[in-house]
Amino acid sequence: MQTFVADTNQLLIRHLRTTLRLPIWIAVTLVQPVIWLTLFGQLFRNVVELPGFSTGTYIEFLTPGVVVMTSLFSAIWSGMGMIEDLKEGVLDRLLTTPLHRASLIAARVAHTSITIAVQSVLILLLGWMLGAGVAGGVGGFLLILLAAVLLGAGIAALSNGLALIARREETLIAVANFFGMPLVFLSTAFMAAESMPQWIRTLSKGNPVNWAVDASRQAMQGVAIGDVWMKCGLLAVFLILAGWVATQAFTMYRKTV
Amino acid sequence: MTQEDAVHVENLTKAYPGGDQALAGVTFSIRRGEIFGLLGPNGAGKSTTVRILATLTHPDGGTARVDGLDVLRQGHDVRLRIGYVAQASGTDRYATGRENLSLQAHLKRVPRREIPAKVNELLEWVGLSDAADRMVDKYSGGMKRRLDIAMGLVHDPPILLLDEPTTGLDPETRAAIWKDLARLRRERQLSVLLTTHYLEEADRLSDRLAIVDHGRVVIEGTPRDLKAQIQGDVITLEIDENTSGAADVLRRTDGVLDVIADGKGVSVQVAQGATAIPTLMSTLERSGIAVRAVTLSGPTLDDVYLHHTGHRYSADKSDAV
Repeated sequence: MQTFVADTNQLLIRHLRTTLRLPIWIAVTLVQPVIWLTLFGQLFRNVVELPGFSTGTYIEFLTPGVVVMTSLFSAIWSGMGMIEDLKEGVLDRLLTTPLHRASLIAARVAHTSITIAVQSVLILLLGWMLGAGVAGGVGGFLLILLAAVLLGAGIAALSNGLALIARREETLIAVANFFGMPLVFLSTAFMAAESMPQWIRTLSKGNPVNWAVDASRQAMQGVAIGDVWMKCGLLAVFLILAGWVATQAFTMYRKTV
Repeated sequence: MTQEDAVHVENLTKAYPGGDQALAGVTFSIRRGEIFGLLGPNGAGKSTTVRILATLTHPDGGTARVDGLDVLRQGHDVRLRIGYVAQASGTDRYATGRENLSLQAHLKRVPRREIPAKVNELLEWVGLSDAADRMVDKYSGGMKRRLDIAMGLVHDPPILLLDEPTTGLDPETRAAIWKDLARLRRERQLSVLLTTHYLEEADRLSDRLAIVDHGRVVIEGTPRDLKAQIQGDVITLEIDENTSGAADVLRRTDGVLDVIADGKGVSVQVAQGATAIPTLMSTLERSGIAVRAVTLSGPTLDDVYLHHTGHRYSADKSDAV
């Protein structure tokens, strides 16, 4: 266990260092949420008149949706780094050391989680500047981060697992593009549940992205905190399952090298 | 296998996903403190063998022991004892040389307190002290290779696995790496497995070597002994047509020990090259076979290879850099 933590830490430092050396990347990932919050938020501001919107303005409704959407997309691309390491021979080199095998994926998931936390803070800040404050206070703020990070960690684990099986960027890109937006649309990120068609509402109930959006919105408004914790619990279960899948993928990778 | 062997590989087999045999029963041993060359053309099974020893992949059958430990059952401990320098560099491009070495030292369980000193020592040894804090991205090919070797040595392993260390490098850099490897051998107590497809490299650097062909070890020995097994001299005659006819005629000639024909001409083994040439030339002339060129040499590894596999090394692969 000690070596797992130490090894994960060392690899995490490596990932963070690389990110800090290419800060342009962080700037790029924040362009999207800025566009969504400002353009989309303005363009669709009258949507809030539809039934089911618990907030006064659309921007208040949208902000947690954008936080979670950003988390999803940051996490989905997490596996690209693994593919690059694989192609460069870095993964092989690491595997010839006695490092704790699970650290390889754990460090990437941790790195993605930290990135997501930072992005979420910045998006909430922007939302606040546009009039969407966190009514739930510090507690609500932290719960939003928790929901975003739990979802992101789970998705990142799956992304890395896929990276190890597919071993090609094209596959990961195709899967990310295929599942990304549909997962967001099958949630209350942009639209209140009451105004959704029945079939989307039904599907959204089993969508971890939706659990994160719901939890974040409730935390932001400072309501139904018990429900928020329950949804975070579900996300934690999702994370554990995703971690298991990623481990299986890793084992498969090692067997077919 | 004796307790003395650094590496012992017995009857390794492995099939490619497609079904072909990558390894069809590879057996050899590496003694402590020697540089052991594994020579063969691309596809012969060299990299697969090294990857098995580096615990990256499992054989289908056979056993492999490194420093007395089984690679399958004691993989973790094997990894502590090997340095692995793969054909693909494997260093982190977006980190400095120093950062790469430090991470590697940590993962190879060098005691924390000793890491900075060890890293400095190695940077010095491979001549990268000045470039230590520059990103590997900016290193030249030769510098990257040097860093790779330093990465393999960071934890003072008893066994170093070098998979085609100079492939892809220009001749000057290759010569420089050869010097480094020779120095390695002089200064450290280390057993080295060196795979290569360069005859000259195997000849020059190995204490002993094995030639692999199509997944099998064809012959094993010191370069000198292997060449001595090819008795006498080798006369190479470049002949345009009818090389097999020429071979037949020459076999019947006195003083000829062996003749092998290939696309370009014939290779004739004789006891005394200088006196045999006139005889061979007139024999061929009488049979109406024209000779374009003649070369006389003491046996080379190419001849050793030809003798044991039946085909010329250069015909199996392009030896172009």
